[in-house]
Amino acid sequence: MTAVPEGCDLFTPGHRACGGCGPALAARLLLRATGENVIVVNSTGCMEVFSTPYPETAWGVPWIHSLFENAAAVASGIEASLKKQGRSEKVVCICGDGATFDIGMLCISGAFERGHDITYVCYDNEAYMNTGIQRSGATPYAASTTTSPAGACSPGNVRPKKDMPAILAAHGAPYVATASIAYPADFEKKVRRAINTPGPCYIQVHTPCCTGWGFESSETINMAKLAIETGLWVNYEMANGTVEKAKKVKRKPVEEYLSRQKRFQHLFKPTRRDDLIAEIQRIADANAERFGIDIRSKEPRE
Amino acid sequence: MLEIMEGSHAVAEIVKRCRPQVIAAYPITPQTHIVEALAQMVADCELDADYITVESEFSALSACLGASAAGSRVYSATTSQGLALMFEVCFNVAGLRQPIVMTIANRSLGAPLSIWNDQQDSISLRDSGWLQVYAEDNQEAVDLHMIAYRVCEDHDVLLPAFVCFDGYVLTHTYEPVSIPTQEEVDAYLPAFNPYQRLDASNPLSFGMYATPDYYMEFRYEIDRAQHRAKEVFAKAGREFARQFERDYSAPVEGYRLEDADTAIVAMGSICGTAKDAVDEMRDAGKTAGLLKIRMFRPFPAEEIRDALKGVSTVAVLDRNISLGSGGGVGTEVKAALSGSGTAVYDYIVALGGRDIRKKDIAGIVDLAEEGRGDMFYGLRTEVL
Ligand SMILES: Cc1ncc(C[n+]2csc(CCOP(=O)(O)OP(=O)(O)O)c2C)c(N)n1
Ligand code: SF4
Repeated sequence: MTAVPEGCDLFTPGHRACGGCGPALAARLLLRATGENVIVVNSTGCMEVFSTPYPETAWGVPWIHSLFENAAAVASGIEASLKKQGRSEKVVCICGDGATFDIGMLCISGAFERGHDITYVCYDNEAYMNTGIQRSGATPYAASTTTSPAGACSPGNVRPKKDMPAILAAHGAPYVATASIAYPADFEKKVRRAINTPGPCYIQVHTPCCTGWGFESSETINMAKLAIETGLWVNYEMANGTVEKAKKVKRKPVEEYLSRQKRFQHLFKPTRRDDLIAEIQRIADANAERFGIDIRSKEPRE
Repeated sequence: MLEIMEGSHAVAEIVKRCRPQVIAAYPITPQTHIVEALAQMVADCELDADYITVESEFSALSACLGASAAGSRVYSATTSQGLALMFEVCFNVAGLRQPIVMTIANRSLGAPLSIWNDQQDSISLRDSGWLQVYAEDNQEAVDLHMIAYRVCEDHDVLLPAFVCFDGYVLTHTYEPVSIPTQEEVDAYLPAFNPYQRLDASNPLSFGMYATPDYYMEFRYEIDRAQHRAKEVFAKAGREFARQFERDYSAPVEGYRLEDADTAIVAMGSICGTAKDAVDEMRDAGKTAGLLKIRMFRPFPAEEIRDALKGVSTVAVLDRNISLGSGGGVGTEVKAALSGSGTAVYDYIVALGGRDIRKKDIAGIVDLAEEGRGDMFYGLRTEVL
């Protein structure tokens, strides 16, 4: 337990994340949106490790890490405890996609079903990065990871991303949103809306990881943008289970996004895999259709 | 005033009077009556607590951890498979130094599935950093909860505690108990005063990761706190005795030990049977005695050595087994007495709810005196 020096930003520089780390940016934007009156619960993963090597901490707000999988349950207890003491701090979880989609699912489902007034933010870098780039339920189709390696008889990850926002919306969450670090103001606005909405709210923020995906650390924001521009990531909001707003785009072919990342290199070298690229394009097309994100000829760009 | 009530309800009554602000628990036999009774008290506005109906034991203890870190007194209860599911959180709670009190309604662990009593569950978590005390009867179970909160929350300790009492044998048994009044409990147990808490006006980071430069020192501090807990427990026990005239200040208790040649060593409700067995053996001219271990963590090795000075043979009754080794209590008693010249034999008894009677205990004493021990006692060889 370490005190934070005075006069620092809420998420202070000097942490140990890789240069160009998407999740580190998400943490900073998150605290900009919440302000000081918040208690943050973190799960085990890159963010916990790069932000709190004892005796240093990058967190200028009260912060707790317990385990990989229990952030939502710890947050439930904190919220109940604050309520009992008549205190008003907001409770926010920030957890990786592995902690959220896979191992923490039980605790999240319980917390959402019970209706705790917490905001759960998943920083989605699409794999377990802290243990060395293994697949999670958030890993996209055909991405090569160390546990879903591409090979002579494998396309890489064989399953599409699990639809966590829909699962949490089905729990009756009053507010569910997706966001991207490429659009900081939008992410911050969504965080503010979530913490001001009573009940359990969920935000999944797309946070490219240069190390795990294999791109230059100066390219993080571009990569996040390309995910949106290809339709492979959609920024949208859901209130009480209904999609309210999805960001419209003039779509680019998925190849522009895939070809710039090492995790998809097997789609291009040694032989081009048009079949797999076409399959990923179909996923993007289905996203566009489902959320109505295509800008048609006369529509203004949002 | 003595009242006849079920053990579980007696525990629920005292927990209520300890004024937990947050309760999170998940039902499991034979703990269930405790958490049901507390839920009813909350529903009836008799207990002003937030009762979180979690979806698993793993979440129960996780929620307790969060609530405690945010500055509330918390309570949970579990047993057996439930405690096993909490394993990871148990270590974490102790490492984060949260003074959570949890009742363990001791039960065996599967497989095979068994809902009956032994002490395998809590013993298996002996290395987790939680203090562990074991009650012989329901009065002791009630009283140990008050003392446990006092000890855990003491700023010289700041560790969690299991208050263990045997499933069914105590949880479901109606016995006369005296439940202190709210005023009496308030006088003994002050409101929770957290050493540190999650608080926006004083931002602290809890549960950071530690490199090899720091990890060992954290573990050392927990170990020191365990050892200090013995002193704090003795003091809390003495004050309890002054107020309630029931004395639990010693981590071990001797029964007819003064001149004993052979001593039985045991924990929990089996001590009641063992006392009767000692009386009968005494009547038959045998100088037997009993050493009851009340506190298993921190382990009272010194007190055990003192209490067993002059005893030539010790028979440990273990209601648990570290498979491939021996009983948990026996192993530690042997270590405590090594070099003393006392012969220590370990007996694995009454696992999974099997009965153990006075004549069994007398038989075990005979075996020990013949130098035959370190065995499962009472096996039905015909089904092997
Ligand atoms: C119970 C348990 N299993 C496995 C681990 C090892 N582990 C630590 S972090 C992690 C992956 C974290 O992935 P994610 O939540 O996606 O966060 P990221 O590292 O990508 O930031 C794993 C598998 C653990 N700490 N606890
Ligand atoms: S591995 Fe990825 S998520 Fe982890 S610190 Fe580096 S860039 Fe960030």
